[in-house]
Amino acid sequence: MWDYTDKVKDHFLHPRNTGEIPQPDLDATVGNITCGDALRLMVRLDKAGRIADAKFQTFGCASAIASSDALIELIKGKTLAEAERITNDDIARYLGGLPEAKMHCSVMGMEALQKAIARYRKQPFELEEEGQIVCRCFGVTDRLIEKVVREHNLHTVEEVTHYTKAGGGCGGCHREIEALIAKVHGPPPAKAAKPPAREPAMTNLQRINRIQEVIENEIRPLLQADGGDVDLVDVDGKNVQVAFRGHCAWCPVSDVTLKGAVQAKLRELVDPDIVVEDVGERFTQA
Amino acid sequence: MPKVIYLDNNATTAVAPEVREAMAPFLDALYGNPSSIHTFGGQVARHVDDARAHLAELLGADPSEILFTSCGTESDNAAIRSALATQPDRHHIITSRVEHPAVLNLVRLLGTPGPGRTHYRVTELGVDAQGMMNLADLEKALDDDTALVSIMWANNETGVLFPVEEIGALCRRRGVLFHTDAVQAVGKLPIDLSKTPVDMLSLSGHKWHAPKGVGALYVRRGTRFSPFIVGGHQEHNRRGGTESVPLVVALGQAAELARKRLRDEPTRIRALRDRLERGILASTPGAILNGHPTERLPNTTNISFEFVEGEAILLMLDQHGICASSGSACTSGSLEPSHVMRAMGVPFTAAHGSIRFSLSIYNTEDEINTVLEVLPPIIRRLREISPFGRDQLAAAK
Repeated sequence: MWDYTDKVKDHFLHPRNTGEIPQPDLDATVGNITCGDALRLMVRLDKAGRIADAKFQTFGCASAIASSDALIELIKGKTLAEAERITNDDIARYLGGLPEAKMHCSVMGMEALQKAIARYRKQPFELEEEGQIVCRCFGVTDRLIEKVVREHNLHTVEEVTHYTKAGGGCGGCHREIEALIAKVHGPPPAKAAKPPAREPAMTNLQRINRIQEVIENEIRPLLQADGGDVDLVDVDGKNVQVAFRGHCAWCPVSDVTLKGAVQAKLRELVDPDIVVEDVGERFTQA
Repeated sequence: MPKVIYLDNNATTAVAPEVREAMAPFLDALYGNPSSIHTFGGQVARHVDDARAHLAELLGADPSEILFTSCGTESDNAAIRSALATQPDRHHIITSRVEHPAVLNLVRLLGTPGPGRTHYRVTELGVDAQGMMNLADLEKALDDDTALVSIMWANNETGVLFPVEEIGALCRRRGVLFHTDAVQAVGKLPIDLSKTPVDMLSLSGHKWHAPKGVGALYVRRGTRFSPFIVGGHQEHNRRGGTESVPLVVALGQAAELARKRLRDEPTRIRALRDRLERGILASTPGAILNGHPTERLPNTTNISFEFVEGEAILLMLDQHGICASSGSACTSGSLEPSHVMRAMGVPFTAAHGSIRFSLSIYNTEDEINTVLEVLPPIIRRLREISPFGRDQLAAAK
């Protein structure tokens, strides 16, 4: 099942650049242990501002370790201005190619480098810190998705998942990723739902009806498209209780999906003070 | 390429030489169709009957209760769909969160509303941190609308056993059909369906030394059945399609071997497994057993190595010819660790580094010793590379 080149295997089995640099000039970590891979990059500069030494520590699969090692082979001896031009494709090419589903390992390498450089320059790291989180499972921003879609001419959600992991968890963001693909490649995304005018004062009954309406028309279709579902259980003032079904019920981050998607939608379309709570039994989707 | 040490027998097993030998004539001179009226074809039917009898004997069943299928997944699909088709007035399915995808994905599909299909209510029972289910949860979930309880006999990833006896008794008391996916249990544990109240049971041949491509479904006599594959009159109208005679004969021979070996092989395998497990847990800090320590298949151990990733471990083991598997995201075919590890609440720090070793009758003590030698340095090496766990592992010492 491993479709790795000999070069990937070599850099995985015999990485040249693992370890730590005490008091590095550049130091950044991307990814985390929950997501399944993480890379810490440490760089020491010489007096002329060239990369004198670099080391990595990586938690991850063979291609993540090999990509980290390849990154360092590529940046050694370069100035930061030269290094920041290195793309994930350069990493993959150095390794003689990566399996499509593992391209995100090379993207992680590129991200670590860009983040380390941004930190060093005391600039924000735009791929991570600016823009909106689209994939809540893996914490991927629209900035990064748009970048890989543009640079690699990606056209499907699956391709975006290969490059960034976005969309590879609960699947709740597939629509958003499709919209980003459409945005990059030209045709405008399908017409956005027009936010209806807010009614200033609603009776409780009106509020419940309105919430039910939004769940039915705006939220359920999105979740159902990804094999999930949600039911309104109860409304108590600003407190809205819902129960997730299908995919959403067993998604490890349904709590994030919940806050991110359902609450945001209800706040946008009904009342900015709404608090959503999941009352579906933990293991039951009865 | 070093000599292969195959410890991935819950994925598939070597075909036993006796099985290969038994099926060979049916790939050669005895190619007839058992349904034919002429002697040449008809003589083959006797061998299909013999195979059915051998399998029935292994299970403590009657031959009429066995129908041959193409694999465990087909058996699961046939059982679940039949239970629903024969009880159109019931719309509730109970299963567990740790089922094999053959059951879980089907049940989840049935539980998802969609055009042109009946929508079923689904209850997925959880398991505790040791992978064990709680009978009281099942009792609570059962209602008058419940058409089927489908719960595995043994979990493929951890080997944890489910209380099939008690589940069956409870279902029978409540008049609810009980199907069990016994793909990992058959051939590894003594099973006697004349005493265990199971209505339907799925099995697969390649998990116990028959070739891939053959399975069976046990349907207790008196259980209404609606065929999954509709066609000819084969298998008493319960499964259309010409029998795969060589594979059916192979399955029968594997059943015969398993029945004889069940007397003492499980004890030997268990001793090897325990040696492997204890050795790893003793030699490697941050190694955690996943699953109940005793309520388990004798051949399976699942161990998490904290702060390292499973695919990397497997690929390094592979350098030594050692075959195992992992519940890590990178090997689960998705980007998230296995649903079994998550259902048990194994922390992500450990779930990504879970490794399953599953043994068979062909493993030797020498092989286990090799793994015990090779594995600890691999874990140490990967932890040196990993940015995580230094402080935690140092503190644990």
